Amino acid sequence: MKLDDHPGNIPPPSGVVTMAHGGGGRAMRTLIERIVLPAFNNPLLAPLEDQARVPLAELTALGDRLAFTTDSYVVTPLTFPGGDIGKLAVCGTVNDLAMSGARPLYLTCGLVIEEGLEMAQLAQLVQSMAHTAHAAGVAIVTGDTKVVERGAADKLFINTAGIGVVAAGVNISATRARPGDAVIVNGSLGDHGVAILLARNELALAAEVLSDCQPLHELVAAMLVACPDIHCLRDATRGGVATVLNEFALSSKVGIRLREADIPVNEVVRGACEILGLDPLYLANEGKLVAIVPGESADMVLAAMRAHPAGREAAIVGTVTADPVGSVVLSTAFGGYRVVDMLVGEQLPRIC
Amino acid sequence: MRFADEFRDPEKARTLIAEIERLVVPLSAARGRPLQIMEVCGGHTHTIFRYGLKTMLPEKTLEFVHGPGCPVCVLPMGRVDDCVALAQIPNVIFTTFGDAMRVPGSKGSLLQAKAGGADVRMVYSPLDALELARKNPQREVIFFALGFETTMPSTALTVLQAKREGIRNFSLFCNHITIIPTIKAILDSPELTLDGFLGPGHVSMVIGNRPYDFIAKRYGKPIVIAGFEPLDVLQSLWMVLKQLSEGRCEVENQYQRVVAEGGNAQALAAVGEVFELREFFEWRGLGSIDHSGVRLRAAFAEYDAERKFIVPNLKIADPKSCQCGEVLKGVIKPNQCKVFGTACTPEKPLGSLMVSSEGACAAYYQYGRIEMKPRGETEKVTP
Repeated sequence: MKLDDHPGNIPPPSGVVTMAHGGGGRAMRTLIERIVLPAFNNPLLAPLEDQARVPLAELTALGDRLAFTTDSYVVTPLTFPGGDIGKLAVCGTVNDLAMSGARPLYLTCGLVIEEGLEMAQLAQLVQSMAHTAHAAGVAIVTGDTKVVERGAADKLFINTAGIGVVAAGVNISATRARPGDAVIVNGSLGDHGVAILLARNELALAAEVLSDCQPLHELVAAMLVACPDIHCLRDATRGGVATVLNEFALSSKVGIRLREADIPVNEVVRGACEILGLDPLYLANEGKLVAIVPGESADMVLAAMRAHPAGREAAIVGTVTADPVGSVVLSTAFGGYRVVDMLVGEQLPRIC
Repeated sequence: MRFADEFRDPEKARTLIAEIERLVVPLSAARGRPLQIMEVCGGHTHTIFRYGLKTMLPEKTLEFVHGPGCPVCVLPMGRVDDCVALAQIPNVIFTTFGDAMRVPGSKGSLLQAKAGGADVRMVYSPLDALELARKNPQREVIFFALGFETTMPSTALTVLQAKREGIRNFSLFCNHITIIPTIKAILDSPELTLDGFLGPGHVSMVIGNRPYDFIAKRYGKPIVIAGFEPLDVLQSLWMVLKQLSEGRCEVENQYQRVVAEGGNAQALAAVGEVFELREFFEWRGLGSIDHSGVRLRAAFAEYDAERKFIVPNLKIADPKSCQCGEVLKGVIKPNQCKVFGTACTPEKPLGSLMVSSEGACAAYYQYGRIEMKPRGETEKVTP
């Protein structure tokens, strides 16, 4: 089959994935040709060699450093309000690249499939990856598929690695926060964490929250136009904003002062946190970043963020201070203050 | 958020704090030491730290003593070992509230048992555990029943429901405890210098006001049953101080929107039907306290995991270096404990006060490690 055949016309194989689909033989070839290749279709993937070959000139034209990252995605359930594991696997790696200021270009896709997964569901999740990558302007150029026995994986694990290029002069690092810098987030916190909790349906809470799962590289590009000297940038995934800020405070040897009243949190997320005794500062996000920028540039960066769909609810939520070194302190909306520490283990709901 | 933000109004807080300061100064001067007010309930400890109340109140004239009212924190090691042993029985699904997962036993926590292959599942209600029993008729589902009078009724109703439905593969490992004998034990402690109490709001919702009468009458200490929002705590504190400055010792109820004087008759009836007092129960840090725990009545023996399975039931002494008991009684502050923040941290807790977010030590560690600065100075940091 050639990749420029009309992929939309090929129905996905029926039935479920079996060990035979991981055997390297005809069954595997069918799975790849009928599900994976039509979705990812692009010129670098098309030759179907064991590796993608990326012309260097194309990379060096964009900057002077290669950004290179990998992440593995495991989530239950595979599909949740606002996204699925496929979208997550593309956004997550795109965002890891973007947090260096890089322009993300190419991704890999490693699928680890538990036998018994419905072909139709696999096809849908792979389509979701393809769709998200297309929208983000990145290409999935090489990959691998493994099938493992029932119980050896939870339906589907995805690994994506990615490369991007960092423009000359951009120097974003967790060590660069300085007293007087402003702390900015691009929108409401904890949406993904609560969306997953609700989607697991263990809570019997009648509420709808969409995961914030989204690529952030275009937002970062807009921020860099407003202020090429962004000091720190990280996406606040597991461990939430609290964990990212603690990492910044420790690496930069500064203190960080947050203002609770300025931190954007959705009403439904706030409500769920109240009921369960969770703290939105520690909840996972999949489309939220924390930026530390020079104080004098804060308003310009904020304006640039708010002009972008991924930053419409952006807010300045705090300030970098000289001390206490290595600590994040929150001024509570009530008028007191408290330390916001790193998360220990998982957040566990309180008994009463 | 309605019904929450009203109780978090910073303007009202300032007014209350000014009143509290006015009352506390002469009271503390007369005693020649800071006033010591115990918040019995871990929920209040959580509120105090989460909203930074401690940082808003006078430091030199007023101290909070964080009481024993966190059920996770007072669980002795031996009982955690029993949980792990039950969870490791083949065919058992062991269900628990989330924050009990990390409590250390002498052979590790439930979280570690789970990693080791035991089927330990987090539930949000005992009814979730019963539902698991319905769905898995070939498995034995044990619910780790834990908590004061607050959670006792829901456990009792779940047992009654199981009995009605004739569900046989469901049982409780009962660790419910009662607050009154414990307050009494603390009041009888010779080292005690407490001046008054914030009473537990959720427990009182079930048991009402009257069981606290002895605190005012026999021990001459004021107690105010308090809600859990920050303004509730401040107002209750103000009410205790007002009693002290007027020379009164009474049981007052600040949490009237929830707590009725006679408690909740239906809940009490269910608890009475299902549970009976144990002669004594072991508390972490406080030792054995008479009539401070409950077990299932004989009529519900088939739902009692302690009768249905073999439970090691070993008494394990608290680690020697642990000073949980002194912290619980208010003799020392969490950060004055020998192992605070060194051998005992939230990552590797020795004592369970370091585990739950309601535990005094964890609250100190998570929210309060930074030395409290004079309030003028903190204002400066905030732009």
